[in-house]
Amino acid sequence: MNLALRDIRHHRGRFVLTSIGLGLLLGVVISMGGIYRGLVADAMAILQSTGADLWVVQQNTNGPFAESSRIQEDLRYRIAAVPGVAQAAPLSFQSVQIERRGKPFRFFLIGYDYRPGLGLGGPPALIAGRPIAQKHYQMVVSQAMNMPLGDTIHLGLHDYTVVGITGKLVSSSGDPVAFVTLADAQDIQFKQENNAIRNDRARLDAWVAGLPGLGGAQERMLKARLAGLTESTHTVNTVVARLAPGAELGRIKAVIGRWNHLRALSTEEQVEILTKGMIEKARMQLGMFRIILLVISGVIISLIIYTSTLDKIRVIATLKLIGSQNRVIVAMILQQSLLMGLIAYFTGYVLVRLTHKNFPRRIELVPLDLQVLFVIVLVICTVASLVGIRKAMRVDPAEALGG
Amino acid sequence: MFAVEIAHLTKVYGQGETKVVAIADASFQVVPGELIAILGPSGSGKTTLLTSIGLINEPSQGRVVIDGQLLADDGWLPGVDLKRVRREKLGFIFQHHNLIPFLTALENVMVALEINGHSRAAAKARALELLAALNLSRRPHNYPAALSGGEAQRVAIARALANRPKVILADEPTAALDTENGKNVMAMLKQIAVENRSAVLVVTHDQRMVEGFDRIFEVRDGRIVKESKG
Repeated sequence: MNLALRDIRHHRGRFVLTSIGLGLLLGVVISMGGIYRGLVADAMAILQSTGADLWVVQQNTNGPFAESSRIQEDLRYRIAAVPGVAQAAPLSFQSVQIERRGKPFRFFLIGYDYRPGLGLGGPPALIAGRPIAQKHYQMVVSQAMNMPLGDTIHLGLHDYTVVGITGKLVSSSGDPVAFVTLADAQDIQFKQENNAIRNDRARLDAWVAGLPGLGGAQERMLKARLAGLTESTHTVNTVVARLAPGAELGRIKAVIGRWNHLRALSTEEQVEILTKGMIEKARMQLGMFRIILLVISGVIISLIIYTSTLDKIRVIATLKLIGSQNRVIVAMILQQSLLMGLIAYFTGYVLVRLTHKNFPRRIELVPLDLQVLFVIVLVICTVASLVGIRKAMRVDPAEALGG
Repeated sequence: MFAVEIAHLTKVYGQGETKVVAIADASFQVVPGELIAILGPSGSGKTTLLTSIGLINEPSQGRVVIDGQLLADDGWLPGVDLKRVRREKLGFIFQHHNLIPFLTALENVMVALEINGHSRAAAKARALELLAALNLSRRPHNYPAALSGGEAQRVAIARALANRPKVILADEPTAALDTENGKNVMAMLKQIAVENRSAVLVVTHDQRMVEGFDRIFEVRDGRIVKESKG
């Protein structure tokens, strides 16, 4: 006869409510683990969607995901010429915040070379619409942007029309991702408004006109060159490269690293920068919360089991008096504790499983994490039951006698 | 062979100035089927005597023999599994029925059998048989809270009888019952002693309840001061 189940059956309302309450707590623990995994997955999503082996960024920087990196767009040709590089393509990244339907709307804009076979880092598999097919004013958005095909958005100086929708891709900070052509991204990021351009040109003209000893032709040429330099938008954040089969990554990195204004990072190094640098604090923070919540769960289970044992002192004394083995009493307390943990765990799991898609940030439920947490919950329940078991073992059978 | 044999049984609590002699030099034998009453006022030591025989309270001195097995000789004998002896040879009835509140009447009887190694089916059959014998066959699935005081005490008796014990120890079994139910319980104990050939030792302070007992021990200040026929 299972005494633990009989006791629970008799007090099922109290037991189930307590377990569900604990389940809510464990649900928070599960979701925090999922949030961390979601952070990692989000951070890696863009990195992985490029399919690049090498990231060339501004020297002494950690690349576009960690800090500002500006290099010239035409470096793609130099990089593509390095033996072992199969393909090189520029990419531009920027966070954009605009007002949309009266609310702030933030997203991460990626500019890429849209031409088939020439670009890297464009939108991954589309779930609706088509890829960008022209150099300007078209856009592919991730599902998380909640924009239908044909919708338009005003960025910089122009309106952009949604022609394609990709999966739920977000940046490392959780903002949805949108793609435009590199030319559009550069315009949005660097191109000045017409009046500002006219104003800059007037200032340059005045400055050149004041230079002594310039002839008319020299002055015109200098003005054109200076305007070209100041109005150029051909800057990108990184050039990514895909290596040819059998190419030696270390050697190619060394070659590019020798160019004194660039740094070449492997994808593994980018992953390291993202996980160790950007997500590490969030991981520790979430980890600390998880530990605290698990300790709280353990204390709550201990208190419940201890109180439940105190309620059963006379029962335990009677069982001892009629010759019950210690294992019968230990099993009764331990099984109740474990069952409470199991119900709480599955309540928390089902709750998170049913609601995780509605969370503002991605919650990634990894089977290994869930299995580890399951084992931890069982260990906590076992340890928590020891307080009750200790009390039960000290009960004198003589307590069953008398009034 | 005696069902119970105690010789020079002494139980002392504390030391020096706080020393209290709860039982002093008690000796008697009980044969199977004999019905014994241990009578005395509160604090006289009768429950201590019962718990020493019931292998709960370790005697300071003296011998305890149950069903021919020496269990205590100036303290518990080493290597003796007292719980096992309690399970197999002793049955307990308490002042308050002490039924397990989360088990039904049937399960309360079955638990005593299952902890003694009986299969679930065998335990159920024996428990139903006992409940029927004690006129409780219509209420096997009731919880103790739904039973009257008399019914609960009868379930407790069924539990005590479950393993066919050699000795039944009853501590004030009628104290929580009205006179009529009390007399019914005493009548049952007498019947058990005769039919089951179990030695029945009943502790009580109520002289009215000991009518028809084979022997009555009167206890005062830890000593058996009088032994009489019932």
